[in-house]
Amino acid sequence: MNESVTADMSTGANTAKTEQTPTRKRSKKDLLIDILLCAGMILPLLFAIVLKVLNRPAADGIEITGAMIYLTVNLPLQPLYITEAQVNSWAVMATIFFLCLFLTRNLKVRGTGKRQIVAETVVKSCDKLVRENMGDRFASFAPFVAAIMALSALSSLSSLIGLYPPTSDINIVAGWAILVFILITRAKMQGGVLNYLKGFTQPVPFLTPFNILSEFATPISMTFRHFGNILSGVVISTLLASALQWLSGLVLGWIPVFGSVPWLQIGLPAIFSIYFDVLSGVLQAFIFAMLTMMYVCTGFSEEDYNARMAKRAARRAAKAAKAQEK
Amino acid sequence: MEIAIAIVLGCCALGAGIAMIAGIGPAIGEGYAVGQALTAIARQPESKGSVTSTMFVGCAVAETTGIYALVIAILLIFVAPNTFVGIMQRALG
Repeated sequence: MNESVTADMSTGANTAKTEQTPTRKRSKKDLLIDILLCAGMILPLLFAIVLKVLNRPAADGIEITGAMIYLTVNLPLQPLYITEAQVNSWAVMATIFFLCLFLTRNLKVRGTGKRQIVAETVVKSCDKLVRENMGDRFASFAPFVAAIMALSALSSLSSLIGLYPPTSDINIVAGWAILVFILITRAKMQGGVLNYLKGFTQPVPFLTPFNILSEFATPISMTFRHFGNILSGVVISTLLASALQWLSGLVLGWIPVFGSVPWLQIGLPAIFSIYFDVLSGVLQAFIFAMLTMMYVCTGFSEEDYNARMAKRAARRAAKAAKAQEK
Repeated sequence: MEIAIAIVLGCCALGAGIAMIAGIGPAIGEGYAVGQALTAIARQPESKGSVTSTMFVGCAVAETTGIYALVIAILLIFVAPNTFVGIMQRALG
């Protein structure tokens, strides 16, 4: 094992030495692609900001409103609304996509750059988190958990650049929670569909309706937890901003030209947004991912898994024995 | 009619305020959880990481009732007045 690793490393060193000239030649093209990827990261967010500015109704004062509706598609049953929250979440998705492409360019075994180290740290820490909390048999869940954590955190953080945070719209978070609910149900059904249905009558058959209710309470509580936390931050920071506007009008309003600018609004809301936007958003992303892992992991317990594997192994062994007898 | 609308609006605001009394429960619960976590960290400083992450998840679960109250209060302030006043105007003409 060790020998192969050292051999790999030595060949890597050799190839790195021989490849030095072509990399220098390619550097211009590399730089161009890097710039394009960076533009891909920034442009969707800029596009969202421009769309918001263009569609914003001309009203003075600060108001607490829901997401603006950009587009209405008329469908037979119900019109489909494309809202600000959806557009912003698509922008965040595009940003994450280009960020991943940017970080994983030119991966090397030896002579790694800064970008690769960042990418490796992220992947490794996420893999470790999933393995610690869910066990090795759920290791394939790491990409999903990382994706939902990145999407949630960046969606909440997008309020820092003045966008309407998608996570403060219940529809977006409910979509994620329904996805997680499907995954939980799938994990529970891995022990057999009949076993899953039997689980509803588990302590006493009399409790079946309550068990079904608590099954649906999981996605609802996950939705409300995430949405409520972010929304409360948005409401409080909006109230604070309007209060500061009123206060600066009261204190500095008597000065002719100088007083028409709400000076107290500069900087002060940022101090509060450290908690409400940065800390709360990142913490809620972490908690959403943690709860996803816990629910999925407890849906299909280790004993069930081992029992199922043992049963399968026994069946296989019996089949093999039969075949040998023949 | 005006008096009826005023009563509805006032009751919505009062209801939102009363709903937020539910904030007491999660506050006590989370404070207790954090206190116990601090005790655990003081006894075993090496287990700080796992205790902290478990505490955050526990706090998030304990927070649920408070968040329900917040959602109901927000509904009462931003959604309910329009709905109720609309219903009253349709009923009373």
